[in-house]
Amino acid sequence: MTDRPPNGAGAIIAAEAAARRRRKRYSAERRFRRYGILSVFLALGALCLLIGSMTAKGWSAFFQTYIVLEIELPRVELAPGGRVDRAALHDANYVTYLRRALRAQVPDVQSRRDLRSLYRLLSGGAGLELQKRILSDTSLIGGKFRFAAVASDDVDQFVKGHITAGGGGKISARQAGWIKLLGAAGMVERRFNVGLFSNGDSREPELAGILGAIMGSLFTMAVTVLLSFPLGVAAAIYLQEFAPGNRWTDLVEVNINNLAAVPSIVFGLLGLAVFLSFFGMPRSAPLVGGIVLALMTLPTIIIAGRAALGAVPPSIREAAIGMGASPMQVVMHHVLPLAFPGILTGAIIGAARALGETAPLLLIGMVAFIVDIPRGISDPATVLPVQIYLWADSPERAFEERTAAATLVLLAFLIIMNLVAVIMRKKFERRW
Amino acid sequence: MKKKILLDMEEIETNGAPETFLTVPTALPDPEPDSVMEELTPTSKTKLSTRKLNVFYGEKQALFDIDLDVPECSVTALIGPSGCGKSTFLRCLNRMNDTIEGCVVTGGVKIDDQDLYDRTLDVVELRARIGMVFQKPNPFPKSIYDNVAYGPRIHGLARDRTDLDEIVQTSLERAGLLREVEDRLDEPGTGLSGGQQQRLCIARAIAVSPEVILMDEPCSALDPIATAHIEELIDELREKYTIVIVTHNMQQAARVSQKTAFFHLGFLVECNSTEEIFTSPQDERTQGYITGRYG
Ligand SMILES: Nc1ncnc2c1ncn2[C@@H]1O[C@H](COP(=O)(O)OP(=O)(O)O)[C@@H](O)[C@H]1O
Ligand SMILES: [Mg+2]
Repeated sequence: MTDRPPNGAGAIIAAEAAARRRRKRYSAERRFRRYGILSVFLALGALCLLIGSMTAKGWSAFFQTYIVLEIELPRVELAPGGRVDRAALHDANYVTYLRRALRAQVPDVQSRRDLRSLYRLLSGGAGLELQKRILSDTSLIGGKFRFAAVASDDVDQFVKGHITAGGGGKISARQAGWIKLLGAAGMVERRFNVGLFSNGDSREPELAGILGAIMGSLFTMAVTVLLSFPLGVAAAIYLQEFAPGNRWTDLVEVNINNLAAVPSIVFGLLGLAVFLSFFGMPRSAPLVGGIVLALMTLPTIIIAGRAALGAVPPSIREAAIGMGASPMQVVMHHVLPLAFPGILTGAIIGAARALGETAPLLLIGMVAFIVDIPRGISDPATVLPVQIYLWADSPERAFEERTAAATLVLLAFLIIMNLVAVIMRKKFERRW
Repeated sequence: MKKKILLDMEEIETNGAPETFLTVPTALPDPEPDSVMEELTPTSKTKLSTRKLNVFYGEKQALFDIDLDVPECSVTALIGPSGCGKSTFLRCLNRMNDTIEGCVVTGGVKIDDQDLYDRTLDVVELRARIGMVFQKPNPFPKSIYDNVAYGPRIHGLARDRTDLDEIVQTSLERAGLLREVEDRLDEPGTGLSGGQQQRLCIARAIAVSPEVILMDEPCSALDPIATAHIEELIDELREKYTIVIVTHNMQQAARVSQKTAFFHLGFLVECNSTEEIFTSPQDERTQGYITGRYG
C-alpha cells in the first residue's frame, strides 16, 4: 500500500488512462456482440437459403396436371345383362374409355402414329385410377361423368414450363398443339398433387409418391425409439448413478464415446452381417433398419443422458439420501425428473439424426424399389432420405422437383421433431 | 456481526482463560475425553457415541480416533477450523459417508447401544431415525407440501391423506414456518426465501419423527434475522430431539449448545460443556481458535 500524493497531474493522467481502458472495454464488448449477431445471421441465412432453394425447386411438385375428360361407360360392355359383375370389372380395359374420350376431343387425328402420341398425353396409370373410381362407385356405369385423368409427366412438365416443345424433345410440336387445344376447352387442370402423399414409389414420376417412404420412416423410427430410448436411459442411469468407479466402468465409458463417433455405415455393415446373415431377419425391413439405427443412436442418448443426470445438483441427491430414500428412490423421485428434459433433448436429437440417416440402411437393403406401402415392421420398405437419394438419381425432369419436395417433407418432419423437443423441455423444466 | 464476536472474545480472554492456557500441556495427545464427559453430563443419557472412529478418504485420513458422546435431548456443537473434519464426523453419524466413493470408516459408532455400522442394519431406516439439515438450504423442486410429505410417504408413516396433512401441518408448525406458508402449500419450496427454505428443510427432517437431527452449518448461508429464527427453533427442538450442529460461528455455538466439541486437523482436541469451553478452555489450540487466532 503506497499512499499516492495528492498530485494534480498524476491524478489527471490516471483518470485519462482509466477512461481509455473503459473505452477499449466498451468497444471490445460492442465488437463481440456484432460478431455474435453476424454469425447468427449467417447461420440463419444458410438455413433460409437451403429451405428457399428447396421450396423454389420443389414447390411445383405439390401440383399435378390433370386432363379432365368426359367419360362414357356403356352398360353393355361393363355390365352385360344389367348385372354388375365385380370380377368382370377387374378385368375390363379402362384405358379404352379414356382414349375414346380423349380422341373425341381431338377430332382430326387419324394415323396410328399420331394416335399413339396423342394417347401418350395421359399417364400410364390413368386407367388404374379410373378403375379404382368405378369400383368404388358402380352407379357410374351406364352414364357419363367427368374424370380427371393424370397427365403424363412430360405434359405436366410442359404445362409447368419446365420443358419446351419440339426439337426432338419429350413433347412434340403436335402434342403441344393438342395440349393447347385441350387447355382452350378448359380440360387441362392443375390440381393439388394428392398422389404425392398417397402413393408409393413408381417408375412413372407422375404416379410416384412418398407415402411408402413416410410409412417406412415411421415404422423404422418407432423401432429405433422404442429400443434406444429405454435402453439408453437405463444404461445412462446405471453408469451415472450406480456403477462403481473402477477400470471396467472407465472402459465401458471410453467405448461408448468411441461408438458415438463410429461412421454410421459401419452400423449398416454390422446389421448386414449380424441381423441379415446370421439371424436371417428379413431384408429391407424397418425392423432391421430400426435396430441398426437404434444401435447408432444409443451412444448419443447415453452420453446426453449421463450429462443431464450429472447436471442435477448434488444437494438434491444429498437431501433425498438424508431423508432415507433408497438409491433407487433417489433416482426415480428426484434425479430422473430433473434430468428428464435434458435426456429428452438428447434422445430427440439422436432420433432426428437417425431419421435423416441413409448410409446404414443402404447396406441392409432398404434401398430397393418398393411400390407397396409397408403395413408393418417386417414388410419391405424404404425411408424418406433413401427415397430422396433414389429420386435424385432418376433421369426424368419430373423427379427433380419431387426430390426437392420430398426433401421439404423430410425437413418438415425434422422441424416438427425439434419443436416437440423444445415444447417438452419447456413443459418438464423445473427450477431448483 | 464480526465485530461483536471479537468483543465477546475479548471478554472471554479477560475472564481468566490465559491462566488455564498456561497450565495445559501442549503435547498432541488429546485430553482424556471420557473422564471429561462423565463429569460433564452425569444426568443425561448418551444418545450417540463414537469410539476410536477413524475416517479415510482414499489414502488421506480425515479423522483420527474420535471418542465422543452425544447426550440425549440436548444440542451438541462441533466447532473447528475449515477442513478439520466436522462435516466428515457428522456424516458418520447417519452414514452419509457411505455414498462417497473411497471413504472408509473404522471404529465404532453407536446409537442407543446399537452399532451403526452393523452389517445387518438397514441404512435407509437408520436415516429415518437420524435426520440431516445441510449447509445450503436444499428443498426439493416440489411444492412445500410435497417437500414435507416426502419422508412420511417413502417411510409409510401416514395411513391416509388426512394423516399426512396432519403430519405436514405439525412439522411446519414445529419448524415455525406454518404461519408464513399456510396459504401456499402448493407453491414450490424453492420459491421461499433462504431462511424459510432452511426451516422447510428442518420441517422436512422432523416430519419423519427422527430421534436425532444433524445440522451442518445450517445458518451459514442465512442473514442474521433468519439465523436468529433458526437458533430459536433449535432451542425449542432440543426438548424432543437430540441435535448435533456444526457451526463456524462461535457465538452461535455458545448460544444454542449445551456441549461443544473442538476439532482440529482431524483430532478431537477438546470436548466439554459449552460454558467450560468458552470460559476456560483446557487446550492451547481451543484457546487459540476461540480467540480468533486461527479459523
Ligand atoms: N469427498 C471427499 N473426498 C476426499 N476428501 C474429502 C472429502 N470430503 C472431505 N474431504 C477432506 O476431509 C477433510 C475434512 O473435511 P470436512 O469434514 O468437510 O471439514 P469441515 O467440515 O470441518 O470443514 C478435509 O481435508 C477435506 O479435504
Ligand atoms: Mg463442513
